[in-house]
Amino acid sequence: MNWFIDTFRTSLGKKLLMAVTGLGFLGFIIVHLLGNLTLYAGHEGVFNAYVAKLHQYEALILVAEIGLFALAVIHVTTGLLLFLANRSARSVRYAVTKSGGGRTVGSATMPYTGLAILLFVILHLSNFTFADVTDRTMYDVVAATFSSWIYIIVYVAAVVAVAIHVRHGFWSLFQTIGLNHEKYMPALRAISVALAVILGVGFGLIPIYIGIIV
Amino acid sequence: MSTKTITLTLKVWRQNRSRKKGGFEIYTARDISTDMSFLEMLDVVNEDLVLSGKEPIAFDHDCREGICGMCGAVVDGQAHGPLKETTLCQLHMRHFKNGDTVVIEPWRARAFPVVKDLVVDRSAFDKIIAAGGYISAKTGGAQDANNILVGKEVADKAFNAAACIGCGACVAACPNASAMLFVGAKISHLGLLPQGRPEAKTRVQSMIRAMDRLGFGNCSNETECEAQCPKSISIREIARMNREFVKASFS
Ligand code: HEM
Ligand code: SF4
Ligand code: FES
Repeated sequence: MNWFIDTFRTSLGKKLLMAVTGLGFLGFIIVHLLGNLTLYAGHEGVFNAYVAKLHQYEALILVAEIGLFALAVIHVTTGLLLFLANRSARSVRYAVTKSGGGRTVGSATMPYTGLAILLFVILHLSNFTFADVTDRTMYDVVAATFSSWIYIIVYVAAVVAVAIHVRHGFWSLFQTIGLNHEKYMPALRAISVALAVILGVGFGLIPIYIGIIV
Repeated sequence: MSTKTITLTLKVWRQNRSRKKGGFEIYTARDISTDMSFLEMLDVVNEDLVLSGKEPIAFDHDCREGICGMCGAVVDGQAHGPLKETTLCQLHMRHFKNGDTVVIEPWRARAFPVVKDLVVDRSAFDKIIAAGGYISAKTGGAQDANNILVGKEVADKAFNAAACIGCGACVAACPNASAMLFVGAKISHLGLLPQGRPEAKTRVQSMIRAMDRLGFGNCSNETECEAQCPKSISIREIARMNREFVKASFS
């Protein structure tokens, strides 16, 4: 076990943790979007049926939740450790910095979009996962939340942060695990942008759409 | 041939010893021929400084033909200045305009302490190499070179990685002051060749750990290193290093 812990204490080991946990989040978030597409049915029955179906698999959901929580703990603490180490690696800052063309908005803001996502997830869980649904349906909870334009703005902003994070994170995770070849890296970079747009539009329009129809 | 001359304002980082706090000084580089290199321009400024009894600006250099890796400074926010794939000694003054203000700073990284002005101590790179950036070969009569066959494609890849001159611009350009492009280049150039394979596992393990100990930052795939490297070493070398690390750690 010693070699195992020792591996993940190195810089490359920590990077691998970020990549693998990030990939796990991506898997979750894509499935989450597919499920939430039922909200676009414009009819609460479809979404409530989806929620009911989901709750038939109580045990499976619990396992997934524990898994996601573990991923979150690893991704957030490792991200924080890397962020602090990177800051201290340059104690005196440059007076002038100019990109040579490598950086993107996504790559430059990973710790900040990450922090925004973390804060949002806490809000999001308290809004929905821990909502009291004894005398109302999940759809009622969604509709009530997005009847407030403040919630609509906060949710859309959070989705934009996720999109920016994924825009860099997707291709970056392949580079981190060592998968970069001129044959397929251009495709991975294109998929990064496509995935960011799909997640951004797919999730981002939900609060707006619900806000309009309720 | 007509030579054009330009006059520039320089904002140069001056620092006495690594512990003392430094600061910017302003100089005028007068009547600089556009055929001069950036270092020759600094030579002219230094001549004026010496003549007026002042301490010249210290900067590193050796070959002045882009192959030794000694020179380098961050010019207007970019390592080795604005021209891609060019060391500071090969950057010519025709890429500047009359009246420009040029800001010149040393590589900034905790692992590269300033020795004086624009000179930084890059012995951290030597320590990484000493940790495993070599092959152990018995001395004695050299065997016939054709005994070890190397495919052209592999030889080319190894050569591309071996083009790294160890200048440190990747560290300077990296927003995280990471040395992974340099280390990736060394791991690749040795690991791609049959002579380097026997020690591939121990090499990546010890070089990575040396890099971590020396206080370099962690790559977050910003790719500024690749964009500012004078030899345009590709981040694919970092990916290869990552693969070697995974292989070495989990087998
Ligand atoms: C929807 C949720 C999230 C997804 C899908 C996600 C995905 C990813 C992916 C794929 C990477 C790239 C890993 C690599 O470069 O190898 C990454 C990096 C990163 N993430 Fe996240 N992440 C999420 C949430 C968060 C949160 C909540 C935080 C922090 C509070 C965070 C902080 C970071 C940081 C700092 C990096 C850069 C690490 C580095 O390369 O140095 N992320 N994320
Ligand atoms: S990788 Fe490029 S920038 Fe880094 S030390 Fe080698 S030549 Fe210089
Ligand atoms: S002085 Fe040798 S590379 Fe510039």
